Amino acid sequence: MATETCVDAHFVKIEGLGKRYRADQPPVFEGVSFSIARGEFVCIIGHSGCGKTTILNVLAGLEAPGEGYVFMANRQLTGPGLDRGVVFQGHALLPWLSVEDNIAFAVRARHADWSRRQVREHGARFIEMVGLAHAARRKPAELSGGMKQRVGIARAFAVEPRMLLLDEPFGALDALTRGTIQDELLRICAATRQTVFMITHDVDEAILLADKILLMSDGPRARIAEIVVNPLPRTRQRETLHHDPLFYGLRNHLVDFLVHRAAGAEARSATLPRLVQFAGEGTGDASAEPGPVRMPVPARRMVSAAGRVHS
Amino acid sequence: MQAPPRIQAALLSLLLFGVLLGIWQLATRPVADTAARPLSAAEAEYAELMGQTAATGEAEKSNGFPTPWQFAATVAGQLADPFYDRGPNDKGIGIQLAHSLGRVAVGYLLALAVAVPLGFVVGMSPLLQRALDPFIQVLKPISPLAWMPIALYTIRDSTISGVFVIFICSAWPMLLNTAFGVATVRREWLNVARTLELGRLRTAFTVILPAAAPTILTGMRISMGIAWLVIVAAEMLVGGTGIGYFVWNEWNNLKLSNVLFAVLLIGLVGMALDLLLAGLQRRVSYGD
Ligand SMILES: Nc1ncnc2c1ncn2[C@@H]1O[C@H](COP(=O)(O)OP(=O)(O)OP(=O)(O)O)[C@@H](O)[C@H]1O
Ligand SMILES: [Mg+2]
Repeated sequence: MATETCVDAHFVKIEGLGKRYRADQPPVFEGVSFSIARGEFVCIIGHSGCGKTTILNVLAGLEAPGEGYVFMANRQLTGPGLDRGVVFQGHALLPWLSVEDNIAFAVRARHADWSRRQVREHGARFIEMVGLAHAARRKPAELSGGMKQRVGIARAFAVEPRMLLLDEPFGALDALTRGTIQDELLRICAATRQTVFMITHDVDEAILLADKILLMSDGPRARIAEIVVNPLPRTRQRETLHHDPLFYGLRNHLVDFLVHRAAGAEARSATLPRLVQFAGEGTGDASAEPGPVRMPVPARRMVSAAGRVHS
Repeated sequence: MQAPPRIQAALLSLLLFGVLLGIWQLATRPVADTAARPLSAAEAEYAELMGQTAATGEAEKSNGFPTPWQFAATVAGQLADPFYDRGPNDKGIGIQLAHSLGRVAVGYLLALAVAVPLGFVVGMSPLLQRALDPFIQVLKPISPLAWMPIALYTIRDSTISGVFVIFICSAWPMLLNTAFGVATVRREWLNVARTLELGRLRTAFTVILPAAAPTILTGMRISMGIAWLVIVAAEMLVGGTGIGYFVWNEWNNLKLSNVLFAVLLIGLVGMALDLLLAGLQRRVSYGD
């Protein structure tokens, strides 16, 4: 029982990750450690070039870390595998296959023993899920950017991985399409209790989707400077999100980090990430400005928050 | 209303064809005043030496450049019986064409069987790519016909030598294009295969091959074009059979009408072969 919860809280554990592309240059990032609980949605935000994609690729097993380890369910990960589904930044659909064949391609890799019909029916469920049943026979070139991205998501979900890795999945989409797919993703993840690690540049997207937001300082020698726990209830909705009294405090905190603190000495020299948690709804004076509160240090390497919110 | 561009283009093509025919007709029309002028003594003597009398000026004319009508008659004659066989120097155009196409097919398919798998391996291995590069750089620019003496000496058979030359000249574009297509498959697609835990062989056949197929087909198309160019030249060189030999033989017979017909046929067959491969290319190409 105790070990079970332990596995759940540290379903994925990243320890002391570092990556150096060239020996004569400082590492892109170093000392990156965090963990992801089972069913948790974690977003990572940081400036361009700080190493987010590299971290995701290491988690996916597509790239070897220079130093450090990645564990999933207490097993060390050393290569890519079907237990992790990746939604690539450029959707990476196979353009010579139709939508349903792209999905079937992934399903067949997962279930080699399935009959053609089983594969098709399983795939159809996920095509339906992202609302593309009407376009199942089309080739990727005949789809809009948003539709392609949805196929990429359906493909990742169709192999039913234990963890989903998304690299800026909505970066190239217009705001309207992005909103629709965000809602979809939110709904699907809530329904399937999917564990997700996602890269984004969009603060609002992170607030909407994530349970926990990792803030990365600028590279080289980038680190995870802060781990911000999303105080908004898990039943977040895009339309009502900004009505929540905690929303702007959180948003300002994130934006302030990106604008002012990411390149700062404090963020870059932090050996351990600060855990930032905002006061919940029941706490304190409702009229008071919500702000980060000190947290009891939960783990050896966590340092309590002392930041202030600029408004 | 304007006619759609396709019809406009077709009309223009027809017009050009008509103009060309007209020029041809004008250029080859019987010259009246030469026939009317009495032959000089020297000319008569010359004609006599050539085994002709001044009276057979008509026969002389048929050996010159044919008029469109004469050409049409030749075409009709050749097409009426394309497969006759009257000894080694007199075979129907169909038989000659079949010989050429046979050689091209064998040489080309052999090259395909060797060059595409080899290109695949080279494309997948940067080491091999670098190791083979100097050989390819030196061998590629050699005119296929330069191989002919070596082929004839070692193989001692003109037909097989022809096939060998086709093999050599069509192998390079296929090899290089396959290697290039395989080496430049998008990393993303390979990463998809890796995250799906596909084996090497499965990745090669289900990801790399379809991804590189348009590039490979481009190489095949270039190869086919070169092979068809080269076979005509090779057959002129070694003789025996084939459309190239036919052209050379008819030139020696001074039957320009037949030469012209063969030249036209070479063009048409070349176009047909290219269209065939273009159709294949369209089937494997993908938009992105
Ligand atoms: N193959 C490579 N060789 C050398 N340097 C690399 C390589 N891949 C990435 N880098 C460097 O590593 C750093 C991090 O790259 P990465 O792609 O992880 O950034 P990122 O945080 O995902 O940026 P973005 O937000 O723009 O996608 C960059 O400075 C980049 O120049
Ligand atoms: Mg990136």
